[in-house]
Amino acid sequence: MSTLEIKGLKVVVDADGNSKEILKGVDLTIRSGETHAIMGPNGSGKSTLAYSIAGHPKYTITGGSVTLDGQDVLAMSVDERAKAGLFLAMQYPVEVPGVSVTNFLRTAATAIRGEAPKVRTWVGEVKEAMAALNMDSNFAERSVNEGFSGGEKKRHEILQLELLKPKFAILDETDSGLDVDALRIVSEGVNRVKANSDLGILLITHYTRILRYIKPDFVHVFAAGRVVEEGGPELADKLEEKGYAEYVTA
Amino acid sequence: MAINTNYLQPSGREEAWRFTPLNRLAGLLDSQVELTSTNSLSLARELPGVSFQILESSQVVPISQSTDEATLRVRNAVKEVALITIAEGAELAEPIYLNRKTLDGRPEATRVLISLGANSKATVIVQNIGNAVLAEDLEFKLDSGSTLNFISLQEWDDKTIHLGRQHAVIGRDATFNSIVVTVGGSLVRLLPTVEYAGPGSSAELTGLYFATDGQHLEHRMHVDHNLPNAKSRVNYKGALAGDKARTVWIGDVYIRAAAEGTDTYELNRNLLLSDGARADSVPNLEIETGEIVGAGHASTTGRFDDEQLFYLSSRGIPADEARRLVIRGFFQEILNKINNQEIEERLMNRIDTDLAKVGAIK
Repeated sequence: MSTLEIKGLKVVVDADGNSKEILKGVDLTIRSGETHAIMGPNGSGKSTLAYSIAGHPKYTITGGSVTLDGQDVLAMSVDERAKAGLFLAMQYPVEVPGVSVTNFLRTAATAIRGEAPKVRTWVGEVKEAMAALNMDSNFAERSVNEGFSGGEKKRHEILQLELLKPKFAILDETDSGLDVDALRIVSEGVNRVKANSDLGILLITHYTRILRYIKPDFVHVFAAGRVVEEGGPELADKLEEKGYAEYVTA
Repeated sequence: MAINTNYLQPSGREEAWRFTPLNRLAGLLDSQVELTSTNSLSLARELPGVSFQILESSQVVPISQSTDEATLRVRNAVKEVALITIAEGAELAEPIYLNRKTLDGRPEATRVLISLGANSKATVIVQNIGNAVLAEDLEFKLDSGSTLNFISLQEWDDKTIHLGRQHAVIGRDATFNSIVVTVGGSLVRLLPTVEYAGPGSSAELTGLYFATDGQHLEHRMHVDHNLPNAKSRVNYKGALAGDKARTVWIGDVYIRAAAEGTDTYELNRNLLLSDGARADSVPNLEIETGEIVGAGHASTTGRFDDEQLFYLSSRGIPADEARRLVIRGFFQEILNKINNQEIEERLMNRIDTDLAKVGAIK
């Protein structure tokens, strides 16, 4: 049982020489096996939260803490956070020309597991995970995310989730840009990982659509850089009906 | 063709020499210093369809003109020329390896002509290793329908000075693919240049260079679209790491009035891995006719992409390993074209080692 605890997190981002406070004191605690949906309007700071936890250099933490089982996540380098058990499925996965998916996955798995995976079992493991996500096997030879369609990029993120087996996964708008079929495949992938492990999930989304496939235990409404309302799955239904208007004007 | 023996020593103000540190040429352009005529390239082993001859220089007339001072000096200095002939129609399944043996730092001049008979097909690989002060004039004559893949690997020791011209005259429907890799040497200045001798001909000039502390690596393309319906592609990628690492890439493409139907594109990308390194990139496209298929160029020089490094690191890959992956990835497109696992690994290992030496990665 692990716990990811975010307390009073404040984050600024530098844009055009001015620093702007995006997160204004975020409190959130996620335990293994729990699925938390973070919902909010565009520009509310949802993605900033995701990237700040993962350690993107663009964001500066000005207050608060993030701990994983009591360990200071903010003191860790980006790769150390991943090794500690955090995974960020990105909204816009980055293209890395010339680095094949195979090479990338193996290098990442080696880093996370602390030793190179055994060749024979590894190949099978990758094949199986790719097949489960409806990914063509020629995918493995392509450069990381280069020329991938939106759906392929998201599937590739979930493929990594399956292979790297983190303690906590932050899914940053994984549903964006997916058609119904792709959304179902990707969601099933997430659910499969959760069923096979004790994954804790922080699901960031603008829309309630993905929540039909990935059932949240808790829903947090995010607006203007902080959590403004919390509840169970029924809160998502309310948002579906009424939108974010009351939080934005508040 | 007359050989101009009355060459001038460049002052450094000439366009062609303005980037080159002339004080580091170890006498290659100094008329007071005698260049020894050497046959520094030889056939690694006999192959059917390939002949290798050493002939009096007067018997092997240059197939192209040059205004390059170093080339003129080579032509003046050499007493013998190596003539490599690939027989008409011969299709060589395995590469022709040419061994390099130099005078270990004494100034020398070498001239070579590689001649491909009609419809022949060959791959020639030159691995330049060791210590040399070398000026070289390499020419390629491609008869109609022939294909030459020419790979030159500059894996020189740290002190080597290498001035070289690699000029192809490409016949009708012939294809010249050149891959130039320069990772070694103190000062390397190469001139991969082409002209066409018949329509339907095509040239692909590909290159990779990697400069560290104090290295000057200069590559100056010249593609002369002198007749109609020929094609050219240029793609050079370079990386620089360490203080005073210096690269120069010049891409001159000239489309003459007669060269209707020309199809050309040139590209140069540079990756600056540390402060104090400098990459010059100068694409020049001169067009005298609008009746062409296409003509374009692009040049970019940038640093590590932070988003790429973040993405890789966020998957647990340590920063140095991430950088190494990105650099390998950057060069992979070029290395793939060599299509030789052993050479690819050797080059990447050298780049890794050099990166570690200058502290760009651990």
